[in-house]
Amino acid sequence: MKVAVVDYVEPSPRGTRWGLGGTCVNVGCIPKKLIHQAALLGGMIRDAPHYGWDVAQPVLHDWRKMAEAVQNYVKSLNWGHRVQLQDRKVKYFNIKASFVNEHTICGVTKGGKETLLSAEHIVIATGGRPRYPTHIEGALEYGITSDDIFWLKESPGKTLVVGASYVALECAGFLTGLGLDTTVMMRSIPLRGFDQQMSSLVTEYMASQGTRFLKHCTPSRVQKLPDGQLQVTWEDLTSGRENMGTFSTVLWAIGRIPETRSLNLENAGINTSPNSQKILVDAQEATSVPHIYAIGDVAEGRPELTPTAIMAGKLLARRLCGQSLDVMDYSNVPTTVFTPLEYGCVGLSEEEAMARHGEEHVEVYHAYYKPLEFTVAERDASQCYIKMVCLRKPPQLVLGLHFLGPNAGEVTQGFALGIKCGASYEQVMRTVGIHPTCAEEVAKLRISKRSGLDPTVTGWRG
Amino acid sequence: VKELFSSLGVQCNILELDQVDDGANVQEVLSEITNQRTVPNIFVNKVHMGGCDRTFQAHQSGLLQKLLQEDSTYDYDLIVIGGGSGGLACAQEAAILGKKVMVLDFVVPSPQGTSWGLGGTCVNVGCVPKKLMHQAALLGQALNDSRKFGWEYGQQVKHNWETMTEAIQNHISSLNWGHRLSLREKSVDYVNSYGEFVEHHRIKATNRKGQETSYTAAKFVIATGKRPRYLGIQGDKEYCITSDDLFSLPYCPGKTLVVGASYVALECAGVLNGLGLDVTVMVRSVLLRGFDQEMAERVGSYMEQHGVKFLRKFIPVMVQQLEKGSPGKLKVVAKSTKGPETIEGVYNTVLLAIGRDSCTRKMGLDKIGVKINKKTGKIPVNDVEQTNVPYVYAVGDILEGKLELTPVAIQAGKLLARRLFGGSLEKCEYINVPTTVFTPLEYGCCGLSEEKAIEVYKKENLEVYHTFFWPLEWTVAGRDNNTCYAKIICNKFDNYRVIGFHVLGPNAGEVTQGFAAAMKCGLTKQLLDDTIGIHPTCGEVFTTLEITKSSGLDITQKGCG
Repeated sequence: MKVAVVDYVEPSPRGTRWGLGGTCVNVGCIPKKLIHQAALLGGMIRDAPHYGWDVAQPVLHDWRKMAEAVQNYVKSLNWGHRVQLQDRKVKYFNIKASFVNEHTICGVTKGGKETLLSAEHIVIATGGRPRYPTHIEGALEYGITSDDIFWLKESPGKTLVVGASYVALECAGFLTGLGLDTTVMMRSIPLRGFDQQMSSLVTEYMASQGTRFLKHCTPSRVQKLPDGQLQVTWEDLTSGRENMGTFSTVLWAIGRIPETRSLNLENAGINTSPNSQKILVDAQEATSVPHIYAIGDVAEGRPELTPTAIMAGKLLARRLCGQSLDVMDYSNVPTTVFTPLEYGCVGLSEEEAMARHGEEHVEVYHAYYKPLEFTVAERDASQCYIKMVCLRKPPQLVLGLHFLGPNAGEVTQGFALGIKCGASYEQVMRTVGIHPTCAEEVAKLRISKRSGLDPTVTGWRG
Repeated sequence: VKELFSSLGVQCNILELDQVDDGANVQEVLSEITNQRTVPNIFVNKVHMGGCDRTFQAHQSGLLQKLLQEDSTYDYDLIVIGGGSGGLACAQEAAILGKKVMVLDFVVPSPQGTSWGLGGTCVNVGCVPKKLMHQAALLGQALNDSRKFGWEYGQQVKHNWETMTEAIQNHISSLNWGHRLSLREKSVDYVNSYGEFVEHHRIKATNRKGQETSYTAAKFVIATGKRPRYLGIQGDKEYCITSDDLFSLPYCPGKTLVVGASYVALECAGVLNGLGLDVTVMVRSVLLRGFDQEMAERVGSYMEQHGVKFLRKFIPVMVQQLEKGSPGKLKVVAKSTKGPETIEGVYNTVLLAIGRDSCTRKMGLDKIGVKINKKTGKIPVNDVEQTNVPYVYAVGDILEGKLELTPVAIQAGKLLARRLFGGSLEKCEYINVPTTVFTPLEYGCCGLSEEKAIEVYKKENLEVYHTFFWPLEWTVAGRDNNTCYAKIICNKFDNYRVIGFHVLGPNAGEVTQGFAAAMKCGLTKQLLDDTIGIHPTCGEVFTTLEITKSSGLDITQKGCG
C-alpha cells in the first residue's frame, strides 16, 4: 500500500513542542518511566549503605542533567521513527491536517504553507492533549501540564500537582522521589476507574514517602507573585474554607481531551461522542464514514494505552490489505501505574467483579508480603499487597489480579497471559513459585477475604 | 499372601475384586492411590505394603511383624529428619492436620567450621543470603547508573563486606527464630539433634554434646538435603571455602577463584565481581549443565564482558597455602582437560562450587533397608514420594530425578502430609517448574531447553521465536544493547504450544513467574500475540515476538522502541 503519515504537534500553551512519535515517546510512557527510574534510583542510593556501600547521604539530584539525558534519548527515538518510515517507504509530512472532504485532507506547515492530500482510506490517530481548567483564573497562564514537565530544562521546584489520575500520581511520585517538595490536590477519589482499595494503598505509600495530599480540595485561582512564585487559592470542600499556598510550579493533571476540534470532522461527516468529543468507532475501528477509521486515544471506548493502539493499528492495516480478518480484543488488557510503589493490574477490579457477579459468587484471595530486598534495606512494606479476584464456583476462574509492589509491570505481564488462557485459581496455585521473588507470592495466595484471617505473609511460612 | 497371614495368625479383611460389581473401579482407584494395578494389593494398619513380593520381603526383614503390632505405642505419628524447606513444610502441614510431629534438624559444621540455625539450605546458605548479596551487587550497578540520571556524588564508592554480611546474617537469624516460633505455635516438637535410624520405626538423635535420645514414629520423612562437594585434592578441605561459608564469612574474600560452572558458581562469582572483587571462574567443561546451553553461554558472556575472568577446560589439582590470614593467600595449580598444560594462580580465596552431595549415607538407612543410589546418594521414590520402605518417605533435594528447588520441596512436603494424614489424593506436579538463575544478568526459564525440545520433538516440529531487547532503564544509563534476550520454543503440531520459555534480563524471576502460570494453562503463540503488553516493561517483549530462528532474520535492535 502507498502510505503517508501526517504528524504535527501544536505547541503547548507554554510553548513546548516535540518530534515524531506521539504522546508515548515524547510526553508519556517513555520519559515518564525514565524519570520514574531516576526517582527509584534515589531510593536505591538510600538502600545502598545497608548493603555495605559507602555512599555519604543525602545525595542530591541535578534535574538538568537528568532532563538532558532523557530528552536526548527521546530525540533519538524521534529520529529512529523517521528512519523507520523512510525504510518502509512511508511518506512523512510534518503538517497540521484537517478534513476538506471524505477523501481529502488539507495540511498546513509551521510556516503556513498548505498541501492537499487525498487517500482511499484515512486513519485518524491524533490522540489527546492535557486539559486545562480554563475556568480557573491564571490556570492557562501560569500552570503547566505533562506536555511540559518532561521538557523542563530547570527543576520545577516546589510543585503542586492538581488531579488524581495516574498521570497526576506518577508525576507527583517521581517529583517526590527526586527530592522535591510535592503536593497533590484531589477533588475526590484517586485513580477513578481503578480498584479503589488498591488506589488507596498507592496514595498511602506515596504519603509515607513524603508526598503531601490535599484531599477534597479544588483550586479557584492562580496568581503570580513578584518573586516569580505562584500563589494558589483553593477551597477545602469538607470545611468550606479557603486556603492559600505558594509553589514554584503548578502542574495540571485533570484529564486529557481528544485532538478532534481542529480536524474539521464535519467536512467528512465523522461523528463524535457528545460527552467526550472522541470519535465514535465500531469493532473494526471504522467511523461513521466507512473508509475512515480511528484508533488510539482519540477513539471512543478504547483503553488509552500505547500497546492497544499499536495492536489496533497493526490489525487494522492487515484488514485493509486483505491479509486478515482479525479484530482487536480489548478485554483483559493489563496495565501498570508507575507510582513510587507500582500497581499492576489485569481484569476486573473487586468492585466491578462484585457488581457483575454478586458478592456471594466472588472469592477474593489476598496477601500482604515483604519483598526480600526490603528486609536488609529496612524499608516499609506496609502497602506491598496482592489481590486475586475469582469466581467462587470451582475451579474458580480468575477475574482480576492486582499487584502492588516493586516491578509490578514485570510481575503482571505473565499473569495477564494466564488470564488470557482462562486461568483458574486452582491452576495458579499449582504453579510452582520462583524463589525468592515477589511474583511467587501470587502463586501462594491462600487467605480469602471471606475467611477474615490475617493475610500477612511472613518469611517463614512456606 | 493369604497363607502367610494365616501362618502368622493374622485376621485379614479380604476384598476379592473379581467377585464384586465395581471391582474394576476399585482397581482403578487402587492404582491411583498406590501406583499399583496388580493384585494382591496389601495394606497393613493403613500402611500400603505392596504386592506379594514386597509383603514377603517385609516378612523376611521383620518389618511386617512390626507393622502388625498395635501401633499406638509410637512416640509420634510423624518424624521429619531435616528442618529445611521440604521438612518444615511437611511437618507443619501434618501438625495442622492434627498429628503429633517431631522435626530433627542438625547442621554438621563445614570443614571451615561454619554452622547455622533452623531452616535448611535455602534460608541459611542458599536462596535468601544469595539473593540479598545479589541485591547488594545490583545496587552497586544502580549507583553507577544513577549518575547518568542526575544523582550526584563525587567519590568512587567502596563496598564494606562486613556491613553487608552482618545485615544479612541478622535477617537470617530472624528467619531461624521465625521458624522455631512457627513450629512451637503448631505444637511440633523440634530437636536440634542428628537423626539416624537404628531399627524399623526407631531413630536415635544425637545432640551437639553427644547425648543420645531415642524416638519412634509410625511414619518418617527424610528431608536431609545436600552439602557442597569437595574436589578430593590436596588442600581442598583445609583451605577452600564453599557456599556453606561464603554468606557468613567474617572477612572480605578478596581476589577469588571460583571452581565450578553450576548456578551456585556463577551466582557467587557474579556477586563477588559486582562488589568490586577480582574474580576468576574455573570451568571443567560447560556452563550451567542441564540448562539451555545458548542461554548459559549468554549468561557467561555477559559476566565476562563485565570483568569476570573465565578459565575454561581446567581442573584444580592442588591448593597450597602461601600465607595465613583473613583472607590469606593461596596458590592453586590446575591441569588442562585437553592436554598436559598446567597453570598456576594466586588467590586470597578459593570457593568450590562443583556440586552437592546428598546427606543420606550416614543415617542408618541401610539398617532399615531404604534403597539409595549408591553413586549419588539420592533416594528413588515413587510418585507419592514413598521410598521402597513403605512407612518411609522423602522430599527435597535428596530425591532422585526431581528438581532441587525450595518451592518444589515445599510443595512436595505439603502435599505429602495432606496425602498421609488428610485423605488427599493430590500428587506433586513436577512439570513446567519455573526457575531463575540470579547471575548479574538474570536468567529465567520454564519448560524445555532448546536442546531438550529438539531431542523430544525433533527440530522440524518446532518453531523458536527470539529477540534481543533493550530495557528502557538501560538506555539513559548507557548499558549494553543487544544483550538482553527473549526466546520461546513452540510445538508446531500442538497449536504452537509454548513448551520452553527463556528470558535473559533484569528481574527475570518476576517476569518468568506469570508466564509459568500461563504455561500451566496451555499457553500458545496465538495467545501471546493476542495479549496486550504492559508498556514500558521487559516482559511485554513476549507479546510481540515475530522473528523465528528458522527465518534466519537479524534480531539486532537498532536502538529505538
